Amino acid sequence: MPDAPAVRLTAITKRFPGVVANRDINLSVDQGEVHALCGENGAGKSTLMKILYGMQRPDEGTIEINGEPVHFKSPADAIARGIGMVHQHFKLADNLTVLENVILGAEPRRRWRIDFAAARARIEEMSRRYGLRVEPDALVETLGVGDRQRVEILKVLYRGARILILDEPTAVLVPQEVEELFDNLRELRSEGLTVMFISHKLDEVLQVADAITVIRRGSTVAKCLDPAEVTARQLAELMVGSELPTPELRESTVTEDVQLEVDDLTVRTAEGRAVVDGVSLRIRRGEIVGLAGVEGNGQGELIEAIMGIRHAGTGRIRYRSGDDLSDITGWPTRRRREAGIGYIPEDRHRHGLVLEGPLWENRMLGHQTERPNVRGPWIDRRGARRDTARIVDEYDVRTPGIDVPAAALSGGNQQKLIVGREMSGEPRLLIAAHPTRGIDVGAQAAIWDYLRQARAAGLAVLLISADLEELIGMSDTLHVILRGRLVAEVDPGTVTPEELGSAMTGAEGP
Amino acid sequence: MTEEKPPAGEPEKPPVSGDGSPAGEPEKPPVAPEAKPPAGEPDKVPAWRAILQGLGPQRLALKVGAPVLALAIALAITMVLLRLTGADPFSSITAMVEYGTEPNSIVDILNRSTRYYLSAIAVAIGFRMALFNIGVDGQYRMAAMLAAALGGAIALPAPFGQLLVIVAAMLIGGLWASIAGILRVTRGVSEVISTIMLNAIATGIIAYLLNDKRLAEVRPGSNNVATPPIPESGRVGELNGVLSAIGIDLPGRLYGLLPLAIVIGVVYYVVLNRTRFGFDLRISGLSPTAAQASGVSSGRMIVITMVLSGMVAGLVGMPELLGASYEYSLNFPAGLGFTGITIALLGRNHPLGIAFAALLFSFLDQSSDVLQEVDVPKEIVGVMQGVVVLTVVIVYELVRRWEIRLQQRAVAAELARETS
Repeated sequence: MPDAPAVRLTAITKRFPGVVANRDINLSVDQGEVHALCGENGAGKSTLMKILYGMQRPDEGTIEINGEPVHFKSPADAIARGIGMVHQHFKLADNLTVLENVILGAEPRRRWRIDFAAARARIEEMSRRYGLRVEPDALVETLGVGDRQRVEILKVLYRGARILILDEPTAVLVPQEVEELFDNLRELRSEGLTVMFISHKLDEVLQVADAITVIRRGSTVAKCLDPAEVTARQLAELMVGSELPTPELRESTVTEDVQLEVDDLTVRTAEGRAVVDGVSLRIRRGEIVGLAGVEGNGQGELIEAIMGIRHAGTGRIRYRSGDDLSDITGWPTRRRREAGIGYIPEDRHRHGLVLEGPLWENRMLGHQTERPNVRGPWIDRRGARRDTARIVDEYDVRTPGIDVPAAALSGGNQQKLIVGREMSGEPRLLIAAHPTRGIDVGAQAAIWDYLRQARAAGLAVLLISADLEELIGMSDTLHVILRGRLVAEVDPGTVTPEELGSAMTGAEGP
Repeated sequence: MTEEKPPAGEPEKPPVSGDGSPAGEPEKPPVAPEAKPPAGEPDKVPAWRAILQGLGPQRLALKVGAPVLALAIALAITMVLLRLTGADPFSSITAMVEYGTEPNSIVDILNRSTRYYLSAIAVAIGFRMALFNIGVDGQYRMAAMLAAALGGAIALPAPFGQLLVIVAAMLIGGLWASIAGILRVTRGVSEVISTIMLNAIATGIIAYLLNDKRLAEVRPGSNNVATPPIPESGRVGELNGVLSAIGIDLPGRLYGLLPLAIVIGVVYYVVLNRTRFGFDLRISGLSPTAAQASGVSSGRMIVITMVLSGMVAGLVGMPELLGASYEYSLNFPAGLGFTGITIALLGRNHPLGIAFAALLFSFLDQSSDVLQEVDVPKEIVGVMQGVVVLTVVIVYELVRRWEIRLQQRAVAAELARETS
C-alpha cells in the first residue's frame, strides 16, 4: 500500500493512575513528511511518542504502520518495524568512537569477529547519503552536542529506521546547530524518510515542519496544520488554550545604589584561553541587567565566576554587603551566598537540585547555613520543613508533599521550587540563568511576576536567557556578550529580537 | 530517617547502548515508570550507585520489609545449596542456630560484631559521599600497631593510658587515610587505587616495624613477634562485670569497648542526618555539582570525609587491643577492613542495618565450625554470606524502584487533581 500513511494512530487513550495522559488521539503522518508535535510540558506528547515507540502500551486505540496494524510490546518491536527514536538526552558511550557507538548492539559479524570494515563502509555511505557529517573514528567525548545528535540519528538509521521520532531535538542545540539539524531533516525527508518531531519552540516548528499537530492536556486540539497558515502566536495560544503572557517591565525601579560591580574580569580555561575577557558591568538595586549571547560565549563562566564556583583569573568583583562595596573576588561560594547572592542555575538537575533528596532538603540546598534551615551546626528540620511548605504554597509548586524526592516533580515545578528558594531570605542579588527554560507558559508568567516583584523591592538581577523576547522584555539594561567580551549595550526599549540576534552573532552592530 | 532516598536522578547510566539496540533487550521495560505526564522524566539513578550509597525505599514498612524478604530468599537459596552438597538443610541450619546461640558463641559473636561494626561504619562514611575507602584495612592495622607500641611504651594511670592509645589510633588512622584524600584532591588520583596501594604499603611498614630490632619483641617460647604488652593500668576491662550486675551472666570475656561501637553508630547517625556538616557530606555524595553550587568546597569535603573514615577505621583494632590481646602481634586480626565493605553494603550504610549485618556475619562465621560436625564443608558459610549480600542488594534495589514508581504515580495523581 504505497499511499498508506507512514503512521496512523487511531483513538489512542492512555491512562495512568489518576490521570489521562492521552485521550482519544488521532494522528496520521504521511510518508516523507516532517511532522511536528507541539504542546506544553505534560501535554502528553512524550507519552504518545513512547506508545508509538513501544515503550508504553495504549489502553485503547490502534497503531498502523504503513497501513498495517501493529502491536508493540517493546522498543525492539518498534525498531523491527522501522521506527527509531532519538532521545533528548543522548545515550552514547563517551569513551567509544562514533563507529563503535553506532554499531553497539547491532554489530555486523564475520566469523566471530566484528566486521569493522563493513560497518565503516556502511556508516560512511549513510552519512554521505543523508548529509550527516560524522567522522567514524572520532571519540564521542571529543564531539560537540550537534555532532553527538547526528551520531544518535545515524545510530537509529543504521538500525534500519524509516520513521524517526526526535524528542525535543533542538533543546540542547545552539542556533547554528539547529540550522544544521534542520538541513539534515530536510535531507532525510528528501530520501523518503518520515520524521516526527516533538518541540515547543514554535518558530522552529514553523520553519521545518510540513504539518503540525498540537496537543493540549492529552487531546489533539489541532491536527495537521499547514505551517504556512498559522503564526507562532496562534500555535502558542492553541497549546496553552488562552491568551499568552508577555514579558514586560512596567515602570523603572532602578536606584543609584550599585549592588554588584564587575571590573575588567577575565576568566581563563585550564588551557589558558580567555572565556570571559575583560568584562565590566554594574548592576544597581532594583535593576535587571540582561545578558544576551549565543550559548557558549562566556555567560556560564561569568556567572560561575560571580558565584565563586569558578576562579576569576584577573579583575575584580565588588558587591554591596552592608553600606559599602566590598571586594568579594577571593570569597568562597558559601560566603557569597550568605551575603545574599541568590542563584538560579542554568542546569537545574546538575546544579540546582539534589534529585534524590526530598523537597525540604532541596529547600536547604545553597542555604544550608541560614535560618530557618539550621540553628548553629544543627539542621532545623522543623524550620526547613515549614518553610518548604510555605514555598510550595506561595510559588504553586504542584506536589503531593514535601517528602517526595525532587526528581518526582516536573521541570516547571522543580524550577518554581528553586525560584522560591532563591527568593527566600531576602537576597540582594539574583543570578538568574535561563529562569524559564523548558517550563510551560503558565509557570513562565509566574516566574516573571516574582522577578518583577523582587525588583520592585530592590533586588538586583543578572538575567541570562536564550529567549530573546524574555531578555528584551525583562531587562532594564541589556548587554551583548560575544566570545567572552561585552560587545554592545542595547536599549531594551527599542531593540527588536532580530537586531539583538545579529548583534549576538557579531554580524553587525544594533 | 532521611539517608535512604528514593532517587530518580540525573546522572547518566554507565555507558550502554541506547534504546536503539534492535535484537537485544530493550533498555527500558515496557512499563517504564512514566506514570507522571508532566514530570520532565529524569534519568534513573544507576543501580551500582544506588547500591553503594545505600539508597533504598523511604517508607519504614518497606525499609524493614525489604531486608526481611531478602533474608527469607537468601535462606531458601542457602538450603538449596546445602541440599546440593548432600547435607540435610534442615538439620544443618538447626545445628548452626543451636551452636550459634550458645552463651559461649554469643560472646564470640558480639566481640566479632564489634570489630565488623566499626570497620563497616568507617567504610560507610566514605560511601555516603561516594568515596570508596578500600583502605580501612591498612588504616586500622597501622593505627593498631603504632598505638599498641605507644601504649606499651608509656604507662599512664587510667583513664589516660586508654585515652592516649585510642586517640593515637584515631589520629594515625585519619592521617593514613588523609594521604588518599589529599592525593585525590591535588592530583586527581582515584581513592580506590590509592587506598589499595596504601594497604600494601601499610603491610610493608608494619612488617618492618614489627621486628625485635625496632618496635617489637620476640615472645619467648614461640616465634610470635609482638609489641610490648600494654600495662594493666592502660587496659579496658571486660564488660561481663557490668552485665552480671544487671543479671546477665555470660561465659567468656566480652570486649569492654563494645559500647564504643554503639556510640560511634549513634554519632554517625546524628552527624550525618542532623548536622549541617552531614548535609554537606550527603549532598556531595548525591550530586557533587549541586553541592558545589550550594557552596560546599568539594576538595575540603573529600579530605575531611577521608580523614573521618580513617579515624573510625583507627578504632577497629581497639576493642581487641585494649580488651583482649594488649599487644599487636602477628596474630592480630587482619582483613577486617574488607569484611567491613561487605557489611556496609549489606547494612545499606544505615547504623542499624550495619549492626544487623555485622551480627549476621559474625553468627555465620561463628557457626561455620559446627557444620563440619554434620559433614558440611565450612567454606559453605562464605557462599552463604555471598548469597545474603547479593539477595539483599538486589531486593533493595527492586523495592526502591518499585517505590519510585509509586511516588511518581502519587505526583501524577496530584497533578491530575489540580489540572482537571
